[in-house]
Amino acid sequence: MTSAPPDDDPFAFLRAKTKARVALGRCGDGLPTTRLLEFQRDHARARDAVHAALDVPVLSAELVATGLPVPIIVQSLAPDRATFLQRPDLGRRLEESSSAKLEKGDYDVSLVLADGLSATAAQKQGAALCALIGKSLSFRCAPPVIACGARVALGDEIAARLGAHLVIVLIGERPGLSSTQSLGAYITFAPKPGVTWDAERNCVSNIGPEGLPLAEAARRIVAMTALAFGIGATGTMLKEDDALAMLEGPGNSSPIDGHRDLQG
Amino acid sequence: MPYSSTIAGTRYTFPDLRTLLACASPPRAGDRLAGLAAETAEERVAARMALADLPLKIFLEEPLIPYEQDEVTRLIMDTHDAAAFAPVASMSVGAFRDYLLSDAATTESLRDLAPGLTPEMAAAVSKLMRNQDLIAVAKKISVVTRFRTTIGLPGRLSVRLQPNHPTDDLGGIGASILDGLLYGCGDACIGINPATDSAARVMALLQSIEDLRLRFSIPIQSCVLSHVTTTLDVIAKGAPVDLVFQSIAGSEAANRAFGVDLALLDEAHAAVQNLGRGPDGANLMYFETGQGAALSAEAHHGVDQQTMEARAYAVARRYHPLLVNTVVGFIGPEYLYDGKEIIRAGLEDHFCGKLLGLPMGVDVCYTNHAEADQDDMDNLLTLLGVAGCTYIMGVPGADDIMLGYQSTSYHDALYIRSVLGLKPAPEFEDWLTAMGIMDAAARIRPVTGETQKLLAALP
Repeated sequence: MTSAPPDDDPFAFLRAKTKARVALGRCGDGLPTTRLLEFQRDHARARDAVHAALDVPVLSAELVATGLPVPIIVQSLAPDRATFLQRPDLGRRLEESSSAKLEKGDYDVSLVLADGLSATAAQKQGAALCALIGKSLSFRCAPPVIACGARVALGDEIAARLGAHLVIVLIGERPGLSSTQSLGAYITFAPKPGVTWDAERNCVSNIGPEGLPLAEAARRIVAMTALAFGIGATGTMLKEDDALAMLEGPGNSSPIDGHRDLQG
Repeated sequence: MPYSSTIAGTRYTFPDLRTLLACASPPRAGDRLAGLAAETAEERVAARMALADLPLKIFLEEPLIPYEQDEVTRLIMDTHDAAAFAPVASMSVGAFRDYLLSDAATTESLRDLAPGLTPEMAAAVSKLMRNQDLIAVAKKISVVTRFRTTIGLPGRLSVRLQPNHPTDDLGGIGASILDGLLYGCGDACIGINPATDSAARVMALLQSIEDLRLRFSIPIQSCVLSHVTTTLDVIAKGAPVDLVFQSIAGSEAANRAFGVDLALLDEAHAAVQNLGRGPDGANLMYFETGQGAALSAEAHHGVDQQTMEARAYAVARRYHPLLVNTVVGFIGPEYLYDGKEIIRAGLEDHFCGKLLGLPMGVDVCYTNHAEADQDDMDNLLTLLGVAGCTYIMGVPGADDIMLGYQSTSYHDALYIRSVLGLKPAPEFEDWLTAMGIMDAAARIRPVTGETQKLLAALP
């Protein structure tokens, strides 16, 4: 970037108190050029993340390189990004030829890596997070699934097709100005396509470089998965704190960010 | 009863009033998602032609959502003022548009008409209006409300200072508040969206603003935008609550999804009245709305999203609120796809709210997955300033780091006041002048010794 703010900025100390864009200075009523361009840079990054497409071959190769089985690639009924953004209902249903790829087996868990609202997040963190979760799960796991044009509830149909009792959907969260790479993890026991409510899921949100580290996220996801099989439910019945306590004594505070919309 | 019109030999039929209104509505994603939108551009105009010929009073005779099923419908019907409606009772929807634009519709006559109008009438006529019409009529309407400041006076534009922080950190919120005050923002209210709904945290936030207000004698009102049940809880615990906040929508079922009904809002209104913190006759409620809320709660009853939004205003006006705002672009592109749809919706909501007698503000905003950017927000902000919008949001650098969306900034507030010659609320203007923040020409001054004292208040 170009110039830094002037040293004599009397507001500068406000910036130490918050990440909000305080003490920006002004030129007349407007923003100084540096601040204007910083905002445009951050918005551009978020926009690019929303509109990026998953590079599926690269992501598949990364998953295989971690030791996971070859992933199954599926697509929702949303044929393009513009439709995906306007028709969340289409992002929750599988396109026909994708359904055919999902053979029923005898599985406990299906792990789904989905683009959601940030393919960038799935691309950059997905394989590593899948590997961490896959390594720690002591359940019969279906081959991982990469889902394009996907909302959270697409996982319900994927799990139902595979015959899995529980689905973990790792999905790109709506990018913010300060973070484009956050993944959300949604855990659903006994998912039923078109029937399961968002309140029947558990969520670990803001996973990524600006939020929860991958290893800690994986620990929480695995703990909640284990407890979900213990109590036969996810959602409001399952408290994350209980899951962590079961795993290894008292856990950290809840990472669930109630103000970030479900991607569903 | 079916409605129809014919264009160039093609006869378009609409089976009921809901369908007719939905097809007449300007294009938007939420109506397409709900399967309610007109299928062609010509069908849309055909619906408008049929709508223009309907008598305005049909909305009193044919409720869009059955009276027996929905308390918002009952509220609309039971509180309708037939005497106020009389001057327009014989008009068609089209003639009503002509009347609103005419010189016969004055500030005074529109004020007297408001209790005679239902949300459906406002929504219907708006569907026949261009953006220019929505601006021109809204500009004639004056809705003035009061607490410690007087909001909505001609030539004034107020700002809700929105200093949100992802962990409700008092120092972080304080930094955003002081920054905003030094830009002349905060005269609508200082309103914090809390990161958690914890009563203890809400009380701490309210107390910190109360301390600042008393220390510097600032004519402001505060609000923590927690759920109404939390606010009732903190009122019972003695917190300094100026305003009761709640998100509301246009059907009983949609309000239930927000965890409220009219009885609960009545209770909250009574509780805040009993506190007596405002002057006599003060307006004590703050409501937020937004197109798409009812559809996202699957509680729209087959009614288009703009009409559902207008119905929320019937809920709001029951409580004579200090502030109402439509959070127009927050909901996302599945309801309002792009800048054009957001701009149109913002102007519609502002117009309908004002016509129904509400102090309408607009959260001029967008999310990162909408096809919109700051240029679109500049357009909407400018149009709303011309239309006489009551207040806008002031968020540091337009970036709400808690809610993860972009609104208008402190700088935007300076811009719109400057280009249109608008001032803050008079009490707040006096304080800004006394503090040396604003000069006699209503320009924000560089920081002085006096303002440094304010900065020293940061926790």
